[in-house]
Amino acid sequence: MLTFVLKRLTFSIPVLLGILVVTFMLARAIPGDPCIAVLGERASKEVCESFFRRNGLDQPLPIQFLVYLRNFSQGDLGDSMRFHRPVMELLVERLPTTVELGLFALLFAITVGVPLGVLSAYRHKSVLDVGTMVGANIGVSMPVFWLGLMLAYLFAVLLKDTPLALPPSGRLTPGANPLPFYELMGWVAEGEEPAGILIFLSRINTLNAVLTLNGELFVDAIRHLILPAVAVGTIPLAIIARMSRSSVLEVLNQDYVRTARAKGLRERSVVGKHALKNAMLPVITVIGLNFGLVISGAVLTETIFSLTGVGRTLVDSITSRDYTLVQGFTVVIAAGFVIINMVVDIMYGYLDPRIRFN
Amino acid sequence: MANVEPASLSPTDRYRSSNLWLEALRNLLRNPSAILGMGIIGLLVLTALAAPIIATHDPIKTMIGVPGETGRLPSKPPCIPLFGCEDPIHILGLDLNARDLYSRVIYGTRTSLSVGIITISLSIIAGTALGITAGFLGGTVDNVIMRLMDVVLAFPALLLAISIVTILGPGLTNALLGITITFIPQYARLSRASVLSIKEQEFVVAERALGASPLRIVLGHILPNSITPIVVQGTLGVGTAILDAAALSFLGLGAQPPTPEWGQILSESRNYLFTSPHLVFFPGIAIMITVLGFNLLGDGMRDALDPRLNRN
Repeated sequence: MLTFVLKRLTFSIPVLLGILVVTFMLARAIPGDPCIAVLGERASKEVCESFFRRNGLDQPLPIQFLVYLRNFSQGDLGDSMRFHRPVMELLVERLPTTVELGLFALLFAITVGVPLGVLSAYRHKSVLDVGTMVGANIGVSMPVFWLGLMLAYLFAVLLKDTPLALPPSGRLTPGANPLPFYELMGWVAEGEEPAGILIFLSRINTLNAVLTLNGELFVDAIRHLILPAVAVGTIPLAIIARMSRSSVLEVLNQDYVRTARAKGLRERSVVGKHALKNAMLPVITVIGLNFGLVISGAVLTETIFSLTGVGRTLVDSITSRDYTLVQGFTVVIAAGFVIINMVVDIMYGYLDPRIRFN
Repeated sequence: MANVEPASLSPTDRYRSSNLWLEALRNLLRNPSAILGMGIIGLLVLTALAAPIIATHDPIKTMIGVPGETGRLPSKPPCIPLFGCEDPIHILGLDLNARDLYSRVIYGTRTSLSVGIITISLSIIAGTALGITAGFLGGTVDNVIMRLMDVVLAFPALLLAISIVTILGPGLTNALLGITITFIPQYARLSRASVLSIKEQEFVVAERALGASPLRIVLGHILPNSITPIVVQGTLGVGTAILDAAALSFLGLGAQPPTPEWGQILSESRNYLFTSPHLVFFPGIAIMITVLGFNLLGDGMRDALDPRLNRN
């Protein structure tokens, strides 16, 4: 197992390096003068020169890349040209929104998709099966941004005065200013700058609410999360349901399932213990692969639901040519994607020994 | 030497291979969802071709001050005949620039279908060429190509497409190129895998022993034998490409106004969702139906062409 993990880790290194190179080049290839984009049309030549010097943009590209690599390895992603703040700081501030949205979307997709798929396989060709498959086909065909808009209209306008009404924008009710858990717990003295990881965690509203035992905040955060999470999670849900169904169907036809039945095991035990365990292998891969969909969905959904996450910030920064921010955010997202795929592969190897030994 | 008829292309085999495709077509026609998919795509193609006849108005013409118009301002509640309002002129009402929404959605079929099909065709050509080269030559070439593909795959597709379009500049052609690049690795991987499995088979080795040129082996044997998964993946890909193109247009990076494109129509009207939801509703439905058509057909084709799935 250890050799498998190490092998998988070494495979990821060239890809990560490739990501760094590609992102660096992409950010440099964005047309337009960053000086004018940041300082405005009327910036004089001298001002621009000093801007380039300050940001290291007057150096040749290979040198810029080496400097970037050195800083990156130290966790320094540079200063955003638009916000005039470290990109890392912005990431710590905005990534929680996307992480929370993504996790809830995946949670929704898995908790609904897997049981639906398993049940439709078990009741093959029943009304439930046909209904699930029709629904799944429609689900994968829907544009995320359209679904988001429709959900917003349905729950914020049509159901406005009912108990089902849900807020169509933001992460919390305007004016809510929850106390970070580390302050409540007295982990950080007054006037002291808390560690990045604490800020990051405290900005995941649901987690912060649980840690501070604030029920009201929790409900508020969840209410704001439902619509965007359903919008982002629908396509993954449909894919997961289809995958679970076909996977369970295949396993239910296998000899060992027949053997288990023949030796008189209870149906629950046959399906739950024998069939499901093996059927879930491909489903895990699919869940891992859906991370990309969740990110793409988040980019589109954050714009619709006015959430200041990495997706929306990234799209905005591309238009304002904020090189450093685009570079930093893209690298982190792509690296996260690679790492998640690696973890899925390792999990897969752990669950299915055949893969490990091939 | 070149005149020797290779063993694998004997007349009986040709007969058998055409029979295989016929068999696949028969399978396809037995699959209700594939038929539904084909029906949807057929209707959409007809709509695209006959758009000037089906559409009631010029899709980019503003209806302000046009003789015979009711003069209804677009900000007023929409009058949709489908929903019981009597207005023979504008079936789905007017958009925010007082253009006929129905005609815009009809013309949008042209844009979306062509974007989907062109994108996938281009990425199949590029991806297959890269995959076959990598698989056939092996060694360093294989390594370089496939690692490059890994890097492209490491980016969430839409994010990469957004970055590429930002560099090339917003517009439909550039959006098309951006999406094409994100799709290339899929086809490269698929065709490389087929090449690797076919390369060492006896009929290819025999062909090589007969002195056939690499190009002949690739075109005559490897390509025909690896085409099935690519066709299936391609059909499913058209739907995704249409969704991606609509997403880019929605973000303002794809089709530019006044081009009637579904994602673009959505993007124009999203701020009026709460007052004129129909402006958002119809283009979205159009995207969904189109993608659904390609997905159903793709699934049907996979069942029909993949012998491993012919269990029943």
